[in-house]
Amino acid sequence: MPDRKIAPPIKDAVDFNIRLKPCTRFDLSNGAPVYYINDGAEEVAALDFVFKAGNCYENKNGVATSANYLIKNGTSKKNSFEITEYFEYYGAYLNRTCYNETATITLHCLSKHLEQLLPVIRELITEAIFPQNELEIFQQNSIQRLSVNLLKSDFVANRLIDQYLYGAEHPYGRVSNKEDIENINREDLQNFYKQFYLNASCTIFSAGKLPGDFETLLEKYFGDLNLNETLPEVVFKREMASQKKYRVSNDENGVQAAIRIARPFPNRHHPDFKKAGILNTLFGGYFGSRLMSNIREEKGYTYGISSYLQNHIGETSWMITTEAGKDVAEATIEEVQNEMKLLREELVDDEELLLVKNYMMGLNLGYVDGPFHVISRWKSLVLNGLDENYFYDSLNVIKTITAEELQALSNKYLSPEDFFELVVI
Amino acid sequence: MKWLFRNAEKLEKPDLPFLFDSFWENNFVWRNFAAMINFERFVLDNGLRVIVHEDKSTPMAVLDVMYDVGSRDEEPHKTGFAHLFEHLMFGGSVNIESFDEPLQMAGGENNAYTTNDLTNYYLQIPAENLETGFWLESDRMLALGFSENSLDVQRKVVLEEFKEHYISKPYGDVWHKLRELAYKEHPYKWMTIGKELSHVENAQLQDVKDFFAKHYTPSNAILTVAGNVTLAQVKELAEKWFGDIPAGEKYIRDIPQEPAQTEPHFLEVKAAVPLDALYKCWHISTRLDKRYYVADMITEILGGGTSSRLFQNLVKEQQLFSSIHCAHLGSIDAGLLYIEGKLVKGVSIEDGEKGVMAELEKIKSEKIAENELQKIKNKTESLLAFEDISLMNRANSLANYELLGDADLMNKELSIYQSVTSDDIFEECNRIFVDNNCSTLYYRSEAL
Repeated sequence: MPDRKIAPPIKDAVDFNIRLKPCTRFDLSNGAPVYYINDGAEEVAALDFVFKAGNCYENKNGVATSANYLIKNGTSKKNSFEITEYFEYYGAYLNRTCYNETATITLHCLSKHLEQLLPVIRELITEAIFPQNELEIFQQNSIQRLSVNLLKSDFVANRLIDQYLYGAEHPYGRVSNKEDIENINREDLQNFYKQFYLNASCTIFSAGKLPGDFETLLEKYFGDLNLNETLPEVVFKREMASQKKYRVSNDENGVQAAIRIARPFPNRHHPDFKKAGILNTLFGGYFGSRLMSNIREEKGYTYGISSYLQNHIGETSWMITTEAGKDVAEATIEEVQNEMKLLREELVDDEELLLVKNYMMGLNLGYVDGPFHVISRWKSLVLNGLDENYFYDSLNVIKTITAEELQALSNKYLSPEDFFELVVI
Repeated sequence: MKWLFRNAEKLEKPDLPFLFDSFWENNFVWRNFAAMINFERFVLDNGLRVIVHEDKSTPMAVLDVMYDVGSRDEEPHKTGFAHLFEHLMFGGSVNIESFDEPLQMAGGENNAYTTNDLTNYYLQIPAENLETGFWLESDRMLALGFSENSLDVQRKVVLEEFKEHYISKPYGDVWHKLRELAYKEHPYKWMTIGKELSHVENAQLQDVKDFFAKHYTPSNAILTVAGNVTLAQVKELAEKWFGDIPAGEKYIRDIPQEPAQTEPHFLEVKAAVPLDALYKCWHISTRLDKRYYVADMITEILGGGTSSRLFQNLVKEQQLFSSIHCAHLGSIDAGLLYIEGKLVKGVSIEDGEKGVMAELEKIKSEKIAENELQKIKNKTESLLAFEDISLMNRANSLANYELLGDADLMNKELSIYQSVTSDDIFEECNRIFVDNNCSTLYYRSEAL
């Protein structure tokens, strides 16, 4: 019978030697870069076309998102139904997503169908026509969805806190209202498409079990397009709100409060960023974090509370987010501040520090497991203008960071007066 | 579910119809129909079933413990208990004060969820530290710490979970109402979170102890170990850590099955939401019946993707709905197939319903074309291939199928789907889409 009081020996994850598998890079003849990993047990492939066509390139609210969404709703050869039917017949998933800097078209399919599907993707990025009735249906349904979302205090809180952090004109702080959606017209979409898809800056990422002639296939369907244009730099000035504290009433019968506490933070290129990732994990970034232990596991104020560094390419923010009982909203904020104070005033003990390090290393080991995880690591590096050294440096910081460094970082960044504080009920 | 983090740094996942977004709506079980997955199986003397799936391509291991207990095993005046109990499983066990800390120290991560049918605990850990998982999971199967404080706190946490997902959300109470409307006898009539807040509020420590003794026994559990492990290693570790846990008394499930519905059910409610919504559901077969697979394919024909019939005809062409979905609960006992749609402003629920009924009439009167059937089969094949990428999914599926009776079902399901004919679909549509088998909920918008 084992002695159950004694934990089995473990290998400290900080001692793991984690390697990011390399990915292949080649350029299409038009110069557009392709990054891919040909590996995997299942006969599946994923292909991601990343265009510099995000919100920050639009000069009218909602145009980038609409153009991205409607790109598969009609070409000069096929109507919306024929396009979607074509992909679905092959059991393929075609998704579009619009972010702040980029907009993507993503294909997931069985490897054997790639060759049938690529020409239609080419069609989408060369011959989309944005039919008027498709735009109208999209507008109508988006407005309806928005009306439901605006009843949710968490949705409202997310919109407001970003406005305080970046300003309502900044792409990270901008939101679309009913009027914005109504004001989008077909010409806006056609112009945006011409500027950012027909003359695009595009990077392609792919992973899975890829056909032997993968490079030839991509070259055949995409090598002659204008996918490597130089786009003008867009620079946005962060204009933070001057007021720091907000209490907003959204639903008079609300039983929970959406709480957001946030401060500005530099982007990944700043020397503090990697260290802050570790401090964040300790503070509010995992189940055993200080915030979860105190506010959920000790006090039961909430189902979950977390903190994170927003995933932006540019200057970003450090955010604490939770939905807590209405009556304990203010007490929750107080406890968040208490936890900041503790981190500023007291050194983290060795055991907790080792636990966080081991936990993060274990996660990272999982993050580089399998071709789909690996390509998304590479994608994140490439899109942020980084290389594998950043990945290895991050691991090294996890391994070597000290309690003193974390305390210094807390004193630099975790002072309540630097944070916006928002409660929406 | 134990917890959910909103973290912007979360890994990007393919945007497939996977579990998490809709978890709280229906607690539906993973729809894993799978390609060939190799595994071994053995049983300990105390009745614990163990499944081993070796995958040497990963540095990780997954350890999944599935208990054959869900909210269908609750008493009508103590609902929400299986799920509350899931939370208490993290409050320390007889020999180990904290579950999470030693696991995190070993580089591991974990979560858990409860459905109407089952409760599943799963962890991922660097394979070298696998034994830590065995130590932790076996101790809480042996006995919990049963701390009054943990019960106090988790009651509050679950109440906040209840509020967050079912009260604060517009339309959040729909499934409470719809289940009650469709089920009169079967415990599927309440949701996993519980029928009402007071049931959770009133839970006592003695209830916790009784529930543990009744359901958390080795013979009521399945241990699945997957990843960079070997059969010999798992055998040794399973025997070492789980072998001496007393078998306990085998729980024999005896819950009322739902009698055939004999008349249409109808409910109309008003709520402070901006849009009218229509919900309709029909009883379908049990999980192990071939008809289950046919019903699953029917939901794909009607509501899977933007080329599906309901989306194409009612959202795009007739513009009656701004969104519409068709799915089923995926439950083990006889489940529900449902259609839910939000009406376009200005369109009445009645007109929307007419549009839905016309589509159902069509599928009941005309057999589907070969290429439409082929599309559904192709989508199924592709979905299963993507789902099998994740080690965690594979372990979870094996456990799920073993709970159904045979883990090897995982390797047989694709051929069942492929054997379905347009005649099968035609017959099943005519069996399901009958007024006397239908429950309808009109969810009307009250002026805001």
